[in-house]
Amino acid sequence: MTTEQTHQHAKRGRISIDGFDAESIEKREPLSDWQPSLESEEGKGRLYYAWKRFKSNRLALFGAAVIVIMTLMTIFSRPITVAGVPVQPISLAPYDPAAQDVLTGYSSPSAEHLFGTDWAGRDILSRIMYGARWSLSIGFIAVGVAMLIGVPLGAIAGYFGGWVDELIMRVVDLLYAFPFIVLAIAIIAVLGRGYWEMVMALVLTGWLAYARIIRGEILSVKENEYVTAAKALGATDRKIISRHILPNAMAPVIVQATLSVGTVVLAAAALGFIGLGLSPASAEWGVMLNVANANGAIRLGYWWAAIFPGLAIFMFVLSINLLGDGVRDAFDPQGSTSQNREGGGL
Amino acid sequence: MSLQRYVLKRVLVTIPILIGATMLTFGLVALTPGDPVDYIIAFQDVSPEVEQQLREQYGLDKPLFMQYLDWLAGVVQFDFGDSISNQRPVTELIMERLPYTLLMGSMAFMVTLITAIPTGIIAAYYRGSVIDQASRVFSVVGIAIPNFFLGILLLLIFASQLNIFPFLAPSSGGALTPEMAVYTLLPAITIGTGATALLMRLMRSSMIEELDKDYVTMARAKGLPERTVVNKHVLRNSLISVVTVAAIQVAFIISGSVVVEIVFSYPGIGRLLVNSVGARDFPVIQALVLLIGVAVILANLLADILYAYLDPRIRY
Repeated sequence: MTTEQTHQHAKRGRISIDGFDAESIEKREPLSDWQPSLESEEGKGRLYYAWKRFKSNRLALFGAAVIVIMTLMTIFSRPITVAGVPVQPISLAPYDPAAQDVLTGYSSPSAEHLFGTDWAGRDILSRIMYGARWSLSIGFIAVGVAMLIGVPLGAIAGYFGGWVDELIMRVVDLLYAFPFIVLAIAIIAVLGRGYWEMVMALVLTGWLAYARIIRGEILSVKENEYVTAAKALGATDRKIISRHILPNAMAPVIVQATLSVGTVVLAAAALGFIGLGLSPASAEWGVMLNVANANGAIRLGYWWAAIFPGLAIFMFVLSINLLGDGVRDAFDPQGSTSQNREGGGL
Repeated sequence: MSLQRYVLKRVLVTIPILIGATMLTFGLVALTPGDPVDYIIAFQDVSPEVEQQLREQYGLDKPLFMQYLDWLAGVVQFDFGDSISNQRPVTELIMERLPYTLLMGSMAFMVTLITAIPTGIIAAYYRGSVIDQASRVFSVVGIAIPNFFLGILLLLIFASQLNIFPFLAPSSGGALTPEMAVYTLLPAITIGTGATALLMRLMRSSMIEELDKDYVTMARAKGLPERTVVNKHVLRNSLISVVTVAAIQVAFIISGSVVVEIVFSYPGIGRLLVNSVGARDFPVIQALVLLIGVAVILANLLADILYAYLDPRIRY
């Protein structure tokens, strides 16, 4: 299109542009002192970009902040002593979470007891702060151990293929046929109730997801030329898996791990709620709800005994989910958000 | 591959998983220390000969594999033995409770479909609008809220404060009475909320994917009314991927019912399972775990077949 034609076209249209002065744009005062950076960002690792994207995701940062605050709160809620030596002397909780006072049973929220008291007169705020120790430790330990089992098994299945793959993945398929919570209940029926029994049940149901994810990733990563190159150079299988394949296949595992901390905490609370978790005396959040429900606190209108522990679980799971979605978007900006989630919400 | 061949192949793949499920549920009890005879003689003074006789009577002196086959022979005839805690046949106990759970599950499924599909469509069509934002917030909250907490909240609001719903299940009349249906509404909503949150997001994203395709532009260019474009073209194609998730919903609703039945003291199989674990009533636990596993496996099979029927590309 020539200049003349354009000119005519502009005249014919309803909008005519004239008096455009290109020079004034070039010479105008700069709006800010921004300069294009000469420093190249090429070659900075994937983690650098992931962190950069994560930092600009406000919801994810909010989630991370809530998790950090809750963790600090529960660590400093009561002093911790290891073998008689005080490791952590600070006590933030206003009351002893186990201190009973039958006279003030079910007192409503007040300046003295911000979240009220439960049936035995125990301060609910203190119990929630202290009780986070169970939920959080179960969440992190169970997810960590499940990863330690699932990642190597999935890696072996994906890398070697053949009958090893068949064997491992058929076990995974079989266990996947049972809903998470039903399988956990069945395992607790065998093992009995208790802290480590519950961790065990959550690990045995949790490792499947990692095995499945890492196997799929490895199947696609191992087709890369650098794997063939490493093989040609005589690298051992163990070295190829741990040095070349796993680091390139870990991103989805990290995302899954973050999200499943929420799932595991929720499952632990659900088990506590149905009375198959920790002992009724403990301040675990699900157990607190169970006790409130069993004692008829809801029917009698003592709402605070149930609302505050429930809100604590909800806030924790919500924050972990926001954090996990943020981590996923950070690693995989083109990927789909929150649609491929396994049915984890109990 | 024709549909028949695909179905046949899928069914054949399912059989080993079903057998595995029976082995797993049987192994559950085999792993547990102590056998039924130990429970029977726990509080009695019994001579070793009588104990031996009892073991023979229950077939516990045979090798484990033979015991498994004996058990399996019963299972295929729906005979799971007798409950330890109240001596009644396990099948009878389950059949008493099953209608209630089925009622609750199907109501929860209806709640999910009725709410999730329209809202998902609207959220996708008016992307970025207030409705879309609201549905996003709802799904984030719906996924994170523990169903037992939601159940307690609903009880607090509708039963305790507003007095619209009763606190306890109607004690007589069985599952198919209007009173029971009304009582089941709150548990069904409780379970349905989480499922809705998941399904709504899926509906939205699969709608959006379809809306961006060329055939939609084509349909609009032909001058079809927008209603026809959405209902006849986009909706039908985006429902295909929603069908597969329906299977996940079945598992979701089953696991939800276990916990929610405790909140509402609902007389279904979930509460039976939890109570049986408390009482260490293994025949009942075994039967229920197997029943739930088989239900989920069959739901997956059905969803796969339905998916292949709706989308012939799947049959590769």
